[in-house]
Amino acid sequence: MASKSLRSPRDIVTDLAVTAFLCLAIFGVMVGLRTATVPGGLELQPQWASALILVAIAVGGRAVLLLTLWNRAEGAPPLMPAGLTRGWAAVMIKVGRVFSPVLLVFALVLPFLPFTDRYILDLSILVLTYVMLGWGLNIVVGLAGLLDLGYVAFYAVGAYSYALLALNFGWSFWLSLPVAGILAAFWGIILGFPVLRLRGDYLAIVTLAFGEIIRVVLLNWYWFTGGPDGLSGIPRPSFFGIEFKRGEGGFADVFGLDFSSMHRIVFLYFLILALALLTNFVTMRLRRLPIGRAWEALREDEIACRSLGLNTTSVKLTAFATGAMFAGFAGAFFATRQGFISPESFTFIESALILAIVVLGGMGSQIGVVIAAVALIGGFEVFREAEDYRMLIFGAAMVLIMIWRPRGLIATREPSIFLREKKSVSGSLVAQGEGH
Amino acid sequence: MAGDTLLEVEHLTMRFGGLTAVDDLSFIARRGEITALIGPNGAGKTTVFNCITGFYKPTVGRITMHHEDGATFLLERLPDFQIPRQAKVARTFQNIRLFGGMTVLENLMIAQHNPLMRASGYTFGGVLGIGGYRAAERGAVELAKYWLEQTGLMARADDAAGDLPYGDQRRLEIARAMCTGPKLLCLDEPAAGLNPRESEDLNRLLLFIRRERGVGILLIEHDMSVVMGISDHIVVLDYGARIADGTPDQIRNDPKVIAAYLGVEDEEVEEVEHEIEETVAALGGEGPA
Repeated sequence: MASKSLRSPRDIVTDLAVTAFLCLAIFGVMVGLRTATVPGGLELQPQWASALILVAIAVGGRAVLLLTLWNRAEGAPPLMPAGLTRGWAAVMIKVGRVFSPVLLVFALVLPFLPFTDRYILDLSILVLTYVMLGWGLNIVVGLAGLLDLGYVAFYAVGAYSYALLALNFGWSFWLSLPVAGILAAFWGIILGFPVLRLRGDYLAIVTLAFGEIIRVVLLNWYWFTGGPDGLSGIPRPSFFGIEFKRGEGGFADVFGLDFSSMHRIVFLYFLILALALLTNFVTMRLRRLPIGRAWEALREDEIACRSLGLNTTSVKLTAFATGAMFAGFAGAFFATRQGFISPESFTFIESALILAIVVLGGMGSQIGVVIAAVALIGGFEVFREAEDYRMLIFGAAMVLIMIWRPRGLIATREPSIFLREKKSVSGSLVAQGEGH
Repeated sequence: MAGDTLLEVEHLTMRFGGLTAVDDLSFIARRGEITALIGPNGAGKTTVFNCITGFYKPTVGRITMHHEDGATFLLERLPDFQIPRQAKVARTFQNIRLFGGMTVLENLMIAQHNPLMRASGYTFGGVLGIGGYRAAERGAVELAKYWLEQTGLMARADDAAGDLPYGDQRRLEIARAMCTGPKLLCLDEPAAGLNPRESEDLNRLLLFIRRERGVGILLIEHDMSVVMGISDHIVVLDYGARIADGTPDQIRNDPKVIAAYLGVEDEEVEEVEHEIEETVAALGGEGPA
């Protein structure tokens, strides 16, 4: 043999035995035992063969790796070859310049493309809703570095604000939209106060609890929110007063078009696109203003902020309020689109999904959020067929991407101001803030 | 006016549980002078700094900041972020605290947050693009450029602060503190980790700040070439109490200081004194006469 083996046979056998034991513990329970409904109750149907095959694959694979790749003196090679990583980075810089404008144009013409049907448009509306929520959460998590696990609470506040205002007082969507945003921002500040002094895990736990409190209140405050029955019959949006209905005075009638139920969907699509672009525009603008720089400085070093005369209390509260406001807008849109809302739409899994979009996209990166939202929400739909394994596929994909790009798809930070030359800041220098 | 009282610390005491970190300390720092606070490790120097800059609230005592226009500020009563904002006291940290993921220029812009915030109409005007924010931002960049020039960091303005070498980071932290427009600059061991040449550059920078800008500097330092070279006035702490206060010459010859600083028995003091004189002579007699 050219090179001596790094591990003794004894080590390898021990390693494989441990692997076999762990795999057996996991797959034995999860795959090997299966419950099936039979007349008279549940029955246990052991599937030992499948479990053993999985264990064999894991042990065999590890044995191969131990004897080949992991046996080299220079250590295991990186997951991606260095040349490929560099080439990829160069391509990404070129693509990055034209990517956003192309994406924007595509978003604008999407409803008029020949292959666009109702399903694609509905899916696009869903994706854009999550893009908007991701951009909103990006202010809190990506810029200010405050981990918020209860973001869906503000989405709920916005949705219920519009639904209740419309159902009880007959307010129009356009009148309710700013109110929903203001109320959500107000609740953002309410959340902000108790977490001002908290750091790290404690911050994450309290925001998580806050999200649950809002949901539980919505669930139990029956006379006001309808509890688990939810609120139905929420008015659909109108085109500045012109409703999307058949016949006299409807949108199709006024504009001399043939009535089509697609008109409303296209309108909803442009509505959420405009709201999302507003979120993006305001965020990009805020980043170049003192408030945005203060958010990023807070993420980098809170003590240094205070030594420079920044009131960190108001910096944190404005971050929570601004992020919450956009969630409120998105919530109002959600309510008018669905026509029905209930607390079930605002569970923790939604917060987790939005946070996953932000983290996967690269914290603080606007375009990263778009890519991640398309990948996650679109991916969920693509794999709808493989329903049983959908979460498994997604878990695996997330793990792989996080190994390959631990700081998200777009890890570099663009400076907000420059003297001579705009240089991206490497992600490894950027702090992640509290709670990571 | 140079030479009048800038910062007045009276009967400052700071206790952490049973430990008295600072014990009835009183001293004065003057405008246009460099006051050094020295003492052995654990003497309470950084605690004094944290009290002055509001990170700790002193157990007992009064800290007064006097502005040229006669305004006075009781620092122990101000919230920490109001101390740089109103009382115009800026500080640096012993373990550098820069915004590492932001560029050098951005670091200096954050230091000018409060005036820029006002100019942007507390964000509302800035988002809509109304008001004088653009002009204010240009002014802020000019001030940042001025301090980049003085600290020799102009070429690195667009680089991430975390990418700079150690000595540059130290100078950037001083530039950032100066961008807040302070009347008192508190430096916590600015020469720590610098090589002799960088240390000399630092001396020049501090003398420049004192001379040209009419601000007072309060300095914690272990590097005696810095302390003896540029200080106008030295306060020596040991176990939280003041053991000496005077010009570098007086301090250099104070047996109590030598004993405390070097931890020697009284009979050995003369020997150590001699050693110190030799060291100072070897440094080229930079101490002010």
